[in-house]
Amino acid sequence: MKFSKVLACALAAVTTASMLAACGNGDEGDTTKGTTTNNDLGSSANVEETAGTYLIGGIGPLTGENASYGISVQNGCQIAIDEINAAGGINGYKLELIFEDDVADEEKAIAAYNRLMDEGITALVGAVTSGSSIAVGQESVNDGILQITPSGSAAKCTEGFNAFRICFTDPLQGQTMARYISEQGITKVAILYNNADEYSSGITEAFIAEAETLGIEIVANETFSTDDVDFKTQLTTIKATDAECLFLPVYYDKAALITEQAVTVGLELPYFGCDGWDGIIKQLNGDTSNIEGATFLTPFVATSEKENVKAFVSAYEEAYGSTPDQFAADGYDAIYAIKAAIEVCDGDVTNENLVAAMTEITVNGVTGDMTFTAEGEPNKSAMVAVIENGEYVAK
Amino acid sequence: MLFLQQLVNGLNAGSVYALIALGYTMVYGIAKMLNFAHGDVIMVGAYTVSVAMTTMALPPYLSVILSMLICALLGVVVEKIAYKPLRGSSPLTVLITAIGVSYFLQNVALLIFGSNMRKVESVVNLPTVNIGSITLTGESIATFVSTIIIMICLTLFIKFTKTGKAMLAVSEDKGAAQLMGINVNKTISITFAIGSALAAVAGVLYVSSYGFVGPYTGSLPGIRAFVAAVLGGIGSIPGAMLGGILLGIIESMSKAYISTQLSDAIVFGVLIVVLLVKPSGLLGKKRNEKV
Repeated sequence: MKFSKVLACALAAVTTASMLAACGNGDEGDTTKGTTTNNDLGSSANVEETAGTYLIGGIGPLTGENASYGISVQNGCQIAIDEINAAGGINGYKLELIFEDDVADEEKAIAAYNRLMDEGITALVGAVTSGSSIAVGQESVNDGILQITPSGSAAKCTEGFNAFRICFTDPLQGQTMARYISEQGITKVAILYNNADEYSSGITEAFIAEAETLGIEIVANETFSTDDVDFKTQLTTIKATDAECLFLPVYYDKAALITEQAVTVGLELPYFGCDGWDGIIKQLNGDTSNIEGATFLTPFVATSEKENVKAFVSAYEEAYGSTPDQFAADGYDAIYAIKAAIEVCDGDVTNENLVAAMTEITVNGVTGDMTFTAEGEPNKSAMVAVIENGEYVAK
Repeated sequence: MLFLQQLVNGLNAGSVYALIALGYTMVYGIAKMLNFAHGDVIMVGAYTVSVAMTTMALPPYLSVILSMLICALLGVVVEKIAYKPLRGSSPLTVLITAIGVSYFLQNVALLIFGSNMRKVESVVNLPTVNIGSITLTGESIATFVSTIIIMICLTLFIKFTKTGKAMLAVSEDKGAAQLMGINVNKTISITFAIGSALAAVAGVLYVSSYGFVGPYTGSLPGIRAFVAAVLGGIGSIPGAMLGGILLGIIESMSKAYISTQLSDAIVFGVLIVVLLVKPSGLLGKKRNEKV
C-alpha cells in the first residue's frame, strides 16, 4: 500500500513537471513554427526528447504468419524517413518511426495503437493488414488522428473521416482485371479463390459482377479455405470445363501451390492474378517455368525504369539486402503522403489540419502518382505485370 | 474418368492424413494422451530434410534418415521435459501442455527460418504414371505405399516384439505393467521416439507432395489427421489408416460433386454422425468403464 502511494505521488510529480516543460518548449519552438501534436494525450513525458521531431507510428505484423508484410512496410517506411531526414527533414523537423508488432491480430493492433498514442505520434501508418486496419480505425476515428493504411485493401479500411489508404481496394482490382481479361478476347473464365479471406472474396465478387456486364462467362467458380494446401480436386473440375483462362485472386503462397498442382493434374491455362501475386517468383526460388506469361495487377514493379523507383530499390537493397516488394513501396509512399500533408499544414500541425490536407496533396510515389479523395481512396492507375523469363515485367 | 481422377485425388490426400494419423493414434493408444504437437513434429521433420538436402547437400535417403533421427530425439526430449512431469495429473493439463509445445515449436521455427514458405525439393524420385487420363504422381504412389507398409510394420511390431508387448501392457495398466517388471518410462520414451520418427516420414512425404514448408505447415494436417484418427477409432492402427483414407475421399468427392464451400461441413458432419452411431470410432474398441 505504502509503496503504491509513493509511486502515485512520484508519477503525479513527474507528469506535472513535464507538462510545464512542454509549455516551455512550445514557446521556444516558435522559431521553427510548429509543435508536435497530441501533447494533451498523456504523452507529455516525452515532449522534451521529441521537440523538433515528428513521431510517426506504424502498426503491422512483425512476427507470425504475415510477418513478411509488416517487415516490408516497416523497412519501406524507414527508407523514406531516412531520406527525408538526410535532406533536412520537414521545416527543420526530423521524422522518427515507432513500429509496433500486431501479429495481424485485431486486439493486439488496438493495444499497439494505444501504446503509440501514449508515445504522442503525429500520424499513423497502419495497420498493414485489413482486419487490423478496420479495428484500429474504429479507435482512431475518435481521436481524429491521420491514419494511412499502406496495404489494407478491404473497403471498410477507410470508413473513418481520418482514414486513407495507399493501395487499391479489392473491388477495384476485380473490376480492372475483368476489363483486362475481356480486352484479351477471353470469354470463358474459371475462378479459384479463397472464400475464407475478405481480400480474395472481395476481388472475386467485383470481378464476377463486372464480368457479367462485359459478357464474360464464368464456367467454374471454385473455392478453398485459408489453410488448404491441396487443390487438385478443384483443378480437376476446372480441367473438365472449357475455360480459356484461370483467374486466381489469391496470395502468392497459394498461387505457387495452385500452379504447381495444376501441372500435376495436367491443367494448362493462362493465369491471371491480383496484387497478392507479388512475391511469387521468390516463393518459387526463381523457377517460373509453370507460370510463364502469368499476368497480374500490381501497383509496384521493382524493375521499373522510373527514376524514383530505381532510387528507392537501390536504397532498399543496400539497407536490407533484398528487393523491395509492393508492401515496402506502399509503406514508403505512406510516409511521403504524411510528409506532404505536414507541409500543407505549414507549421500548424494538428490532427484536423493533417486530415484536411490529405485531399490537397499530390504524391509522386513509387507506386504511381496519386491524389486522395475525401473518402480516403487514392486516385492512381493500376499497372499490369507479366512474368517473363523469371522476372516481373511492367506492361 | 473424371470420377476416377477425383477418387485418386482423394486417395492421395487421404493417404497423407492416414500417415500422420498413424503416429497420432499410436501415441494416444499407448501413452493415453493427445499429442497436439504431433503436427509440428511433422514440420520439424520437413525443415530438417530441406536443410539436409540443400545446406548440407546430403542425398535424399540420408536426409530422410537424419530427419527421422532428429524427430525421434525431439519426441523423446519433449516427452521427458514437458509430459513426464505431468504423468498422473489430469488429462486436461497434459492436453494444454501439448498445445503449448505445439506453439513453442512453431515459434522456434519462425525464429530460425522466418515466416516465408520455403521451397522443398521432392525426395521421391519416381516418375508420374498416366493410366488413360488419370495421373498418378510419384509422390502420391510413394505416400500410399509407405502408409500401408508402416501400418503393417507397426501392427506386427506391437503384436510380436517384446517392446511392442510392453507397450500394450503399459497402455492397459501402467501400475500393473510396472509390477510385472516393465520399465514404463522407457516404454513411453520408445513410443514417442517411434511416433515422432513416423511424423518425420509423414513430414517428408507431405512436403514432397506440396513442395513448400513453413512454420505452420504442420498445424492443419495435424488437426485433419486427428479427425481421421477419431473417425477410424483413436488408438486403433488400422482405424487410423481407414479414417485417413475415408476423410480424403469424402473431402475430394464433396468438393467435386457437391460444393467446394461445403466440403469441410460435410467432412465434419460425417464425423459427428459416426461418433453418434459408434462413439469409439469405426474400428475403435469399446471399453467398459470400471465402476
